[in-house]
Amino acid sequence: MEWDWAFVAKIMPTLLEGLKLTVLITILSAFVAAGLGLVLAIAKRSRNGWIAKPTAMLIEFIRGTPLLVQLYFIFFVLPDVGIVLPPLVAGVIGMGLHYATYTAEVYRAGIENVPKGQWEAARATNLTVPQTWIHVVIPQALPPMIPALANYLIAMFKETPLLSAITVLELMNQAKSVANSNYRYIEPMTLVGAFFLVMSLLSVILLRWLERRYGRLAK
Amino acid sequence: MVEPIIQIDKLDKSFGPLKVLDGLSFDVMPGEKLALIGPSGSGKTTILRILMTLETITAGHIKVCGEQLYHMQRSGHEVPADEPHLHKMRSHIGMVFQHFNLFPHKCVLDNITLAPMLTKGEVRAKAEQRAMELLEMVGLADKAKAMPAQLSGGQKQRVAIARALALKPRIMLFDEVTSALDPELVEEVLLVMKRLAAETDMTMLLVTHEMGFAHEFADRVLFFDKGRIVEQGSPDKIFRHPSHERTQSFLRKIIAAGHRV
Repeated sequence: MEWDWAFVAKIMPTLLEGLKLTVLITILSAFVAAGLGLVLAIAKRSRNGWIAKPTAMLIEFIRGTPLLVQLYFIFFVLPDVGIVLPPLVAGVIGMGLHYATYTAEVYRAGIENVPKGQWEAARATNLTVPQTWIHVVIPQALPPMIPALANYLIAMFKETPLLSAITVLELMNQAKSVANSNYRYIEPMTLVGAFFLVMSLLSVILLRWLERRYGRLAK
Repeated sequence: MVEPIIQIDKLDKSFGPLKVLDGLSFDVMPGEKLALIGPSGSGKTTILRILMTLETITAGHIKVCGEQLYHMQRSGHEVPADEPHLHKMRSHIGMVFQHFNLFPHKCVLDNITLAPMLTKGEVRAKAEQRAMELLEMVGLADKAKAMPAQLSGGQKQRVAIARALALKPRIMLFDEVTSALDPELVEEVLLVMKRLAAETDMTMLLVTHEMGFAHEFADRVLFFDKGRIVEQGSPDKIFRHPSHERTQSFLRKIIAAGHRV
Protein backbone atom coordinates (compact mmCIF):
# COMPACT_ATOMS: atom_id res chain seq x y z
CA MET A 1 0.00 0.00 0.00
CA GLU A 2 1.59 3.19 -1.09
CA TRP A 3 0.47 6.76 -1.66
CA ASP A 4 -0.15 7.57 -5.34
CA TRP A 5 0.05 11.28 -6.11
CA ALA A 6 -1.10 10.77 -9.70
CA PHE A 7 -4.30 9.17 -8.38
CA VAL A 8 -4.75 12.08 -5.98
CA ALA A 9 -4.52 14.53 -8.87
CA LYS A 10 -7.02 12.47 -10.85
CA ILE A 11 -9.70 12.30 -8.17
CA MET A 12 -9.20 15.82 -6.82
CA PRO A 13 -11.77 17.53 -9.12
CA THR A 14 -14.43 15.00 -8.12
CA LEU A 15 -13.68 15.41 -4.42
CA LEU A 16 -13.76 19.20 -4.72
CA GLU A 17 -17.21 18.87 -6.31
CA GLY A 18 -18.23 16.88 -3.26
CA LEU A 19 -16.69 19.43 -0.91
CA LYS A 20 -18.61 22.22 -2.60
CA LEU A 21 -21.87 20.36 -2.07
CA THR A 22 -20.94 19.61 1.55
CA VAL A 23 -20.39 23.30 2.24
CA LEU A 24 -23.62 24.20 0.45
CA ILE A 25 -25.60 21.64 2.47
CA THR A 26 -24.09 22.94 5.69
CA ILE A 27 -25.01 26.52 4.87
CA LEU A 28 -28.55 25.70 3.77
CA SER A 29 -29.15 23.45 6.77
CA ALA A 30 -27.76 26.15 9.03
CA PHE A 31 -30.34 28.63 7.73
CA VAL A 32 -33.12 26.10 8.26
CA ALA A 33 -31.85 25.26 11.76
CA ALA A 34 -31.46 28.92 12.69
CA GLY A 35 -34.89 30.00 11.43
CA LEU A 36 -36.85 26.94 12.50
CA GLY A 37 -35.07 26.86 15.87
CA LEU A 38 -36.33 30.36 16.60
CA VAL A 39 -39.87 29.36 15.67
CA LEU A 40 -39.63 26.29 17.93
CA ALA A 41 -38.20 28.34 20.80
CA ILE A 42 -40.98 30.93 20.58
CA ALA A 43 -43.67 28.27 20.15
CA LYS A 44 -42.38 26.36 23.18
CA ARG A 45 -42.55 29.55 25.26
CA SER A 46 -46.12 30.24 24.15
CA ARG A 47 -48.63 30.74 26.94
CA ASN A 48 -51.05 28.68 24.87
CA GLY A 49 -50.66 25.07 26.02
CA TRP A 50 -51.97 23.78 22.71
CA ILE A 51 -48.91 25.28 21.04
CA ALA A 52 -46.30 24.92 23.77
CA LYS A 53 -46.84 21.26 24.70
CA PRO A 54 -46.86 19.69 21.20
CA THR A 55 -43.78 21.76 20.37
CA ALA A 56 -41.98 20.47 23.46
CA MET A 57 -42.95 16.90 22.50
CA LEU A 58 -41.79 17.37 18.92
CA ILE A 59 -38.42 18.65 20.15
CA GLU A 60 -37.98 15.66 22.49
CA PHE A 61 -39.02 13.27 19.72
CA ILE A 62 -36.55 14.65 17.20
CA ARG A 63 -33.72 14.77 19.71
CA GLY A 64 -34.48 11.29 20.91
CA THR A 65 -34.09 9.68 17.50
CA PRO A 66 -30.93 9.44 15.39
CA LEU A 67 -30.44 11.83 12.50
CA LEU A 68 -29.72 8.90 10.16
CA VAL A 69 -33.12 7.37 10.91
CA GLN A 70 -34.80 10.72 10.30
CA LEU A 71 -33.02 11.09 6.98
CA TYR A 72 -34.12 7.61 5.91
CA PHE A 73 -37.64 8.44 6.95
CA ILE A 74 -37.77 11.68 5.00
CA PHE A 75 -36.17 10.26 1.88
CA PHE A 76 -37.41 6.67 1.74
CA VAL A 77 -40.65 6.60 3.75
CA LEU A 78 -42.33 9.91 2.88
CA PRO A 79 -42.60 8.92 -0.83
CA ASP A 80 -45.02 6.18 0.34
CA VAL A 81 -47.44 8.93 1.35
CA GLY A 82 -46.82 10.84 -1.83
CA ILE A 83 -44.12 13.26 -0.65
CA VAL A 84 -41.15 12.79 -2.95
CA LEU A 85 -38.19 15.02 -2.25
CA PRO A 86 -34.91 15.32 -4.14
CA PRO A 87 -31.98 14.00 -2.05
CA LEU A 88 -30.51 17.43 -1.43
CA VAL A 89 -33.82 18.90 -0.24
CA ALA A 90 -34.52 15.90 1.96
CA GLY A 91 -31.03 16.16 3.43
CA VAL A 92 -31.29 19.87 4.16
CA ILE A 93 -34.73 19.47 5.75
CA GLY A 94 -33.53 16.53 7.84
CA MET A 95 -30.36 18.20 9.07
CA GLY A 96 -32.03 21.57 9.52
CA LEU A 97 -34.94 20.13 11.49
CA HIS A 98 -32.67 17.99 13.66
CA TYR A 99 -30.38 20.85 14.56
CA ALA A 100 -33.30 23.28 14.97
CA THR A 101 -34.20 21.36 18.13
CA TYR A 102 -30.72 22.15 19.48
CA THR A 103 -30.63 25.77 18.35
CA ALA A 104 -34.08 26.18 19.94
CA GLU A 105 -32.46 25.38 23.28
CA VAL A 106 -29.74 27.98 22.64
CA TYR A 107 -32.41 30.53 21.79
CA ARG A 108 -34.38 29.66 24.92
CA ALA A 109 -31.35 30.28 27.13
CA GLY A 110 -30.56 33.51 25.28
CA ILE A 111 -34.13 34.77 25.51
CA GLU A 112 -34.39 34.00 29.22
CA ASN A 113 -31.17 35.90 29.67
CA VAL A 114 -32.92 39.13 28.68
CA PRO A 115 -34.04 40.81 31.93
CA LYS A 116 -37.74 41.09 32.74
CA GLY A 117 -37.33 44.86 32.95
CA GLN A 118 -36.74 44.98 29.20
CA TRP A 119 -40.13 43.39 28.53
CA GLU A 120 -41.71 45.83 30.96
CA ALA A 121 -40.01 48.85 29.39
CA ALA A 122 -41.22 47.67 25.98
CA ARG A 123 -44.75 47.39 27.25
CA ALA A 124 -44.59 50.73 29.07
CA THR A 125 -43.56 52.35 25.78
CA ASN A 126 -46.54 50.59 24.20
CA LEU A 127 -44.66 48.36 21.77
CA THR A 128 -46.70 45.44 20.47
CA VAL A 129 -45.53 41.92 21.25
CA PRO A 130 -43.98 41.37 17.78
CA GLN A 131 -42.26 44.77 18.01
CA THR A 132 -40.91 43.82 21.42
CA TRP A 133 -39.42 40.63 20.01
CA ILE A 134 -37.93 42.28 16.94
CA HIS A 135 -36.58 45.50 18.40
CA VAL A 136 -35.89 44.71 22.05
CA VAL A 137 -35.56 41.03 22.89
CA ILE A 138 -33.93 39.36 19.88
CA PRO A 139 -31.22 42.01 19.36
CA GLN A 140 -30.17 41.52 22.99
CA ALA A 141 -30.57 37.78 23.11
CA LEU A 142 -28.73 37.02 19.87
CA PRO A 143 -25.10 38.14 20.36
CA PRO A 144 -24.41 35.94 23.41
CA MET A 145 -25.84 32.98 21.46
CA ILE A 146 -23.53 33.31 18.50
CA PRO A 147 -20.67 31.17 19.84
CA ALA A 148 -23.06 28.34 20.79
CA LEU A 149 -24.80 28.55 17.42
CA ALA A 150 -21.44 28.47 15.61
CA ASN A 151 -20.58 25.34 17.58
CA TYR A 152 -23.63 23.59 16.15
CA LEU A 153 -22.67 24.81 12.69
CA ILE A 154 -19.36 22.97 12.99
CA ALA A 155 -21.10 19.88 14.35
CA MET A 156 -23.52 20.01 11.44
CA PHE A 157 -20.67 20.27 8.96
CA LYS A 158 -19.10 17.13 10.35
CA GLU A 159 -22.41 15.26 10.16
CA THR A 160 -22.94 15.89 6.45
CA PRO A 161 -21.45 12.46 5.48
CA LEU A 162 -24.68 10.98 6.86
CA LEU A 163 -26.35 12.38 3.78
CA SER A 164 -24.41 9.93 1.64
CA ALA A 165 -26.92 7.38 2.96
CA ILE A 166 -29.67 9.13 1.03
CA THR A 167 -27.63 9.39 -2.17
CA VAL A 168 -26.52 13.00 -1.81
CA LEU A 169 -23.22 13.29 -3.67
CA GLU A 170 -21.45 15.22 -0.95
CA LEU A 171 -17.76 14.84 -0.19
CA MET A 172 -17.98 11.44 1.52
CA ASN A 173 -20.19 9.93 -1.14
CA GLN A 174 -17.95 11.18 -3.95
CA ALA A 175 -14.90 9.74 -2.19
CA LYS A 176 -16.67 6.41 -1.69
CA SER A 177 -17.65 6.18 -5.32
CA VAL A 178 -14.17 6.98 -6.69
CA ALA A 179 -12.71 4.56 -4.17
CA ASN A 180 -15.11 1.80 -5.11
CA SER A 181 -14.56 2.17 -8.82
CA ASN A 182 -10.74 2.25 -8.50
CA TYR A 183 -10.35 -0.20 -5.60
CA ARG A 184 -8.17 2.38 -3.84
CA TYR A 185 -9.33 3.73 -0.50
CA ILE A 186 -6.28 5.25 1.09
CA GLU A 187 -6.11 8.46 -0.96
CA PRO A 188 -9.84 9.30 -1.13
CA MET A 189 -10.48 8.62 2.56
CA THR A 190 -7.33 10.41 3.69
CA LEU A 191 -8.30 13.41 1.60
CA VAL A 192 -11.83 13.43 3.01
CA GLY A 193 -10.39 13.39 6.50
CA ALA A 194 -7.94 16.13 5.60
CA PHE A 195 -10.65 18.32 4.08
CA PHE A 196 -12.83 18.03 7.15
CA LEU A 197 -9.87 18.65 9.43
CA VAL A 198 -8.85 21.82 7.59
CA MET A 199 -12.42 23.12 7.49
CA SER A 200 -12.95 22.33 11.17
CA LEU A 201 -9.73 24.04 12.18
CA LEU A 202 -10.71 27.12 10.20
CA SER A 203 -14.13 27.06 11.85
CA VAL A 204 -12.59 26.78 15.30
CA ILE A 205 -10.50 29.88 14.60
CA LEU A 206 -13.66 31.67 13.47
CA LEU A 207 -15.47 30.43 16.55
CA ARG A 208 -12.77 31.73 18.92
CA TRP A 209 -13.02 35.08 17.20
CA LEU A 210 -16.79 35.09 17.55
CA GLU A 211 -16.49 34.25 21.23
CA ARG A 212 -14.11 37.15 21.77
CA ARG A 213 -16.31 39.46 19.73
CA TYR A 214 -19.73 38.55 21.13
CA GLY A 215 -19.25 36.20 24.05
CA ARG A 216 -18.53 39.01 26.46
CA LEU A 217 -22.04 40.42 26.07
CA ALA A 218 -23.31 37.43 28.01
CA LYS A 219 -23.06 38.37 31.67
CA MET B 1 -67.14 69.85 36.77
CA VAL B 2 -63.87 68.21 35.77
CA GLU B 3 -63.89 64.44 35.73
CA PRO B 4 -61.05 62.54 37.42
CA ILE B 5 -58.41 61.26 34.99
CA ILE B 6 -57.93 58.10 37.05
CA GLN B 7 -60.73 56.43 38.98
CA ILE B 8 -59.88 53.37 41.01
CA ASP B 9 -62.88 51.52 42.38
CA LYS B 10 -62.71 48.68 44.92
CA LEU B 11 -59.51 47.30 43.47
CA ASP B 12 -58.25 43.94 44.75
CA LYS B 13 -54.95 42.39 43.81
CA SER B 14 -53.59 39.10 45.10
CA PHE B 15 -50.38 37.27 44.31
CA GLY B 16 -51.45 33.72 45.10
CA PRO B 17 -52.60 33.72 48.72
CA LEU B 18 -51.05 37.15 49.38
CA LYS B 19 -53.47 40.04 49.21
CA VAL B 20 -51.54 43.11 48.08
CA LEU B 21 -54.37 45.54 47.40
CA ASP B 22 -57.56 45.30 49.41
CA GLY B 23 -60.67 47.09 48.18
CA LEU B 24 -58.70 50.15 47.16
CA SER B 25 -60.55 53.20 45.86
CA PHE B 26 -59.28 56.66 44.99
CA ASP B 27 -59.48 59.26 42.24
CA VAL B 28 -56.82 61.40 40.65
CA MET B 29 -57.68 64.73 39.05
CA PRO B 30 -56.10 65.85 35.76
CA GLY B 31 -52.80 67.59 36.40
CA GLU B 32 -52.63 66.43 39.98
CA LYS B 33 -49.25 65.46 41.44
CA LEU B 34 -49.76 62.54 43.76
CA ALA B 35 -47.19 60.99 46.09
CA LEU B 36 -47.74 57.43 47.26
CA ILE B 37 -45.81 56.60 50.42
CA GLY B 38 -45.79 53.75 52.87
CA PRO B 39 -43.75 50.79 54.09
CA SER B 40 -42.45 48.29 51.55
CA GLY B 41 -45.03 45.69 50.68
CA SER B 42 -47.86 48.16 51.24
CA GLY B 43 -48.93 47.86 47.59
CA LYS B 44 -47.95 51.29 46.27
CA THR B 45 -45.67 50.02 43.49
CA THR B 46 -48.30 47.43 42.55
CA ILE B 47 -50.78 50.24 41.86
CA LEU B 48 -48.40 51.85 39.38
CA ARG B 49 -47.68 48.49 37.74
CA ILE B 50 -51.41 47.81 37.44
CA LEU B 51 -52.00 51.22 35.85
CA MET B 52 -49.22 50.44 33.34
CA THR B 53 -50.86 47.03 32.68
CA LEU B 54 -47.75 45.19 33.83
CA GLU B 55 -49.92 43.20 36.23
CA THR B 56 -53.46 41.92 36.04
CA ILE B 57 -56.13 42.79 38.60
CA THR B 58 -58.01 40.36 40.81
CA ALA B 59 -61.20 42.39 41.18
CA GLY B 60 -62.52 45.93 40.88
CA HIS B 61 -62.54 48.60 38.19
CA ILE B 62 -60.15 51.25 36.96
CA LYS B 63 -61.06 54.11 34.66
CA VAL B 64 -58.35 56.04 32.86
CA CYS B 65 -59.22 59.12 30.79
CA GLY B 66 -62.89 58.25 31.13
CA GLU B 67 -62.55 54.69 29.84
CA GLN B 68 -62.34 51.34 31.56
CA LEU B 69 -58.75 50.08 31.66
CA TYR B 70 -59.22 46.37 32.29
CA HIS B 71 -62.76 45.99 30.97
CA MET B 72 -64.57 46.71 27.74
CA GLN B 73 -68.08 46.45 26.40
CA ARG B 74 -68.89 43.74 23.92
CA SER B 75 -72.47 43.40 22.72
CA GLY B 76 -73.80 45.02 25.86
CA HIS B 77 -71.74 42.96 28.28
CA GLU B 78 -68.68 43.87 30.26
CA VAL B 79 -65.78 41.60 29.29
CA PRO B 80 -62.06 41.61 30.16
CA ALA B 81 -60.08 44.01 27.98
CA ASP B 82 -58.30 42.47 25.01
CA GLU B 83 -54.80 43.37 23.85
CA PRO B 84 -55.90 46.03 21.29
CA HIS B 85 -57.88 47.79 24.03
CA LEU B 86 -54.93 47.65 26.46
CA HIS B 87 -52.67 48.90 23.69
CA LYS B 88 -54.92 51.90 23.14
CA MET B 89 -55.19 52.62 26.88
CA ARG B 90 -51.43 52.36 27.41
CA SER B 91 -50.91 55.30 25.07
CA HIS B 92 -52.28 57.57 27.83
CA ILE B 93 -49.69 56.43 30.35
CA GLY B 94 -45.91 56.54 30.66
CA MET B 95 -43.73 54.95 33.32
CA VAL B 96 -40.24 55.43 34.71
CA PHE B 97 -38.74 52.45 36.53
CA GLN B 98 -36.50 52.07 39.54
CA HIS B 99 -33.87 50.29 37.45
CA PHE B 100 -34.22 52.54 34.38
CA ASN B 101 -34.70 49.60 31.96
CA LEU B 102 -33.12 51.44 29.05
CA PHE B 103 -32.58 49.34 25.93
CA PRO B 104 -28.84 48.61 26.28
CA HIS B 105 -28.30 47.80 22.59
CA LYS B 106 -29.56 51.19 21.43
CA CYS B 107 -27.96 54.59 21.80
CA VAL B 108 -29.67 57.27 23.89
CA LEU B 109 -31.34 58.86 20.89
CA ASP B 110 -32.67 55.53 19.56
CA ASN B 111 -33.95 54.63 23.03
CA ILE B 112 -36.16 57.69 22.85
CA THR B 113 -37.21 57.52 19.19
CA LEU B 114 -37.95 53.78 19.03
CA ALA B 115 -41.45 53.82 20.48
CA PRO B 116 -42.72 57.02 18.76
CA MET B 117 -41.56 55.65 15.41
CA LEU B 118 -43.03 52.18 15.98
CA THR B 119 -46.23 52.98 17.80
CA LYS B 120 -47.16 56.36 16.32
CA GLY B 121 -45.58 55.96 12.91
CA GLU B 122 -43.53 59.11 13.35
CA VAL B 123 -40.82 59.63 10.73
CA ARG B 124 -37.25 59.48 12.01
CA ALA B 125 -36.48 63.17 11.49
CA LYS B 126 -39.48 64.30 13.49
CA ALA B 127 -38.94 61.73 16.25
CA GLU B 128 -35.28 62.73 16.53
CA GLN B 129 -36.10 66.40 16.67
CA ARG B 130 -38.49 65.78 19.55
CA ALA B 131 -35.98 63.47 21.23
CA MET B 132 -33.32 66.19 21.08
CA GLU B 133 -35.73 68.70 22.65
CA LEU B 134 -36.39 66.23 25.45
CA LEU B 135 -32.68 65.54 25.93
CA GLU B 136 -32.16 69.29 26.08
CA MET B 137 -34.79 69.44 28.80
CA VAL B 138 -33.16 66.71 30.90
CA GLY B 139 -29.74 68.26 30.27
CA LEU B 140 -28.27 65.44 28.18
CA ALA B 141 -28.25 66.79 24.64
CA ASP B 142 -24.53 65.99 24.37
CA LYS B 143 -25.19 62.31 25.16
CA ALA B 144 -27.53 61.59 22.24
CA LYS B 145 -25.10 59.17 20.60
CA ALA B 146 -23.86 57.57 23.85
CA MET B 147 -24.77 54.00 24.75
CA PRO B 148 -26.62 53.47 28.06
CA ALA B 149 -23.65 51.59 29.51
CA GLN B 150 -21.56 54.75 29.20
CA LEU B 151 -23.93 56.78 31.39
CA SER B 152 -24.13 57.23 35.16
CA GLY B 153 -27.25 56.05 36.96
CA GLY B 154 -28.60 59.58 37.19
CA GLN B 155 -28.06 60.15 33.48
CA LYS B 156 -29.73 56.83 32.65
CA GLN B 157 -32.75 57.78 34.68
CA ARG B 158 -33.00 61.16 32.95
CA VAL B 159 -32.91 59.40 29.58
CA ALA B 160 -35.63 57.04 30.82
CA ILE B 161 -37.76 60.05 31.72
CA ALA B 162 -37.20 61.52 28.25
CA ARG B 163 -38.10 58.16 26.68
CA ALA B 164 -41.42 58.05 28.54
CA LEU B 165 -42.18 61.70 27.68
CA ALA B 166 -41.54 61.14 23.98
CA LEU B 167 -44.89 59.36 23.73
CA LYS B 168 -46.67 62.42 25.18
CA PRO B 169 -48.58 60.53 27.85
CA ARG B 170 -51.23 62.35 29.89
CA ILE B 171 -50.24 60.41 32.99
CA MET B 172 -46.69 59.70 34.18
CA LEU B 173 -45.86 57.05 36.75
CA PHE B 174 -42.59 57.26 38.68
CA ASP B 175 -41.73 54.07 40.53
CA GLU B 176 -39.01 54.74 43.13
CA VAL B 177 -37.00 56.40 40.42
CA THR B 178 -34.16 57.47 42.73
CA SER B 179 -33.94 54.33 44.90
CA ALA B 180 -31.26 52.67 42.78
CA LEU B 181 -29.10 55.79 42.52
CA ASP B 182 -26.01 56.76 44.44
CA PRO B 183 -26.93 59.57 46.85
CA GLU B 184 -25.00 62.23 44.93
CA LEU B 185 -26.96 61.43 41.74
CA VAL B 186 -30.43 61.72 43.27
CA GLU B 187 -30.62 65.49 43.04
CA GLU B 188 -30.17 65.73 39.24
CA VAL B 189 -33.12 63.39 38.68
CA LEU B 190 -35.32 65.18 41.19
CA LEU B 191 -34.51 68.51 39.53
CA VAL B 192 -35.74 67.19 36.18
CA MET B 193 -38.94 65.98 37.79
CA LYS B 194 -39.52 69.31 39.52
CA ARG B 195 -39.10 71.12 36.22
CA LEU B 196 -41.48 68.71 34.58
CA ALA B 197 -44.07 69.25 37.30
CA ALA B 198 -43.73 73.01 36.99
CA GLU B 199 -43.77 73.21 33.20
CA THR B 200 -46.41 70.67 32.21
CA ASP B 201 -49.95 69.89 33.20
CA MET B 202 -49.31 66.17 33.17
CA THR B 203 -50.84 64.04 35.89
CA MET B 204 -48.06 62.44 37.91
CA LEU B 205 -48.07 59.55 40.35
CA LEU B 206 -44.94 59.13 42.37
CA VAL B 207 -43.95 56.22 44.57
CA THR B 208 -41.01 57.32 46.66
CA HIS B 209 -39.04 57.08 49.85
CA GLU B 210 -37.74 60.62 49.40
CA MET B 211 -40.09 62.29 51.84
CA GLY B 212 -38.54 65.72 51.40
CA PHE B 213 -39.13 65.54 47.69
CA ALA B 214 -42.66 64.21 48.09
CA HIS B 215 -43.40 67.14 50.40
CA GLU B 216 -42.19 69.66 47.87
CA PHE B 217 -43.51 67.95 44.73
CA ALA B 218 -46.93 66.61 45.57
CA ASP B 219 -50.35 68.25 45.73
CA ARG B 220 -51.62 65.31 47.73
CA VAL B 221 -49.99 62.48 49.64
CA LEU B 222 -51.49 59.03 50.12
CA PHE B 223 -50.14 56.91 52.93
CA PHE B 224 -50.53 53.19 52.29
CA ASP B 225 -50.31 50.26 54.60
CA LYS B 226 -51.29 46.65 53.90
CA GLY B 227 -52.95 47.42 50.57
CA ARG B 228 -55.19 50.21 51.88
CA ILE B 229 -55.03 53.98 52.14
CA VAL B 230 -54.58 54.71 55.81
CA GLU B 231 -54.50 58.47 55.51
CA GLN B 232 -54.36 61.10 52.80
CA GLY B 233 -54.13 64.85 52.53
CA SER B 234 -51.91 67.76 51.66
CA PRO B 235 -48.17 67.25 52.15
CA ASP B 236 -48.25 69.60 55.12
CA LYS B 237 -51.01 67.67 56.78
CA ILE B 238 -49.40 64.25 56.23
CA PHE B 239 -45.82 65.20 57.04
CA ARG B 240 -46.38 67.85 59.74
CA HIS B 241 -49.63 66.74 61.36
CA PRO B 242 -50.28 63.09 60.60
CA SER B 243 -53.40 62.05 62.43
CA HIS B 244 -53.13 58.29 62.15
CA GLU B 245 -50.88 56.36 64.49
CA ARG B 246 -49.46 54.20 61.67
CA THR B 247 -48.52 57.25 59.62
CA GLN B 248 -46.77 58.74 62.62
CA SER B 249 -44.76 55.63 63.35
CA PHE B 250 -43.83 55.22 59.64
CA LEU B 251 -42.57 58.80 59.45
CA ARG B 252 -40.65 58.41 62.71
CA LYS B 253 -38.89 55.35 61.29
CA ILE B 254 -38.09 57.15 58.05
CA ILE B 255 -36.63 60.10 59.96
CA ALA B 256 -34.65 57.78 62.19
CA ALA B 257 -33.25 56.16 59.02
CA GLY B 258 -31.85 59.57 58.04
CA HIS B 259 -34.28 60.73 55.39
CA ARG B 260 -35.20 64.38 55.20
CA VAL B 261 -38.82 65.40 55.68
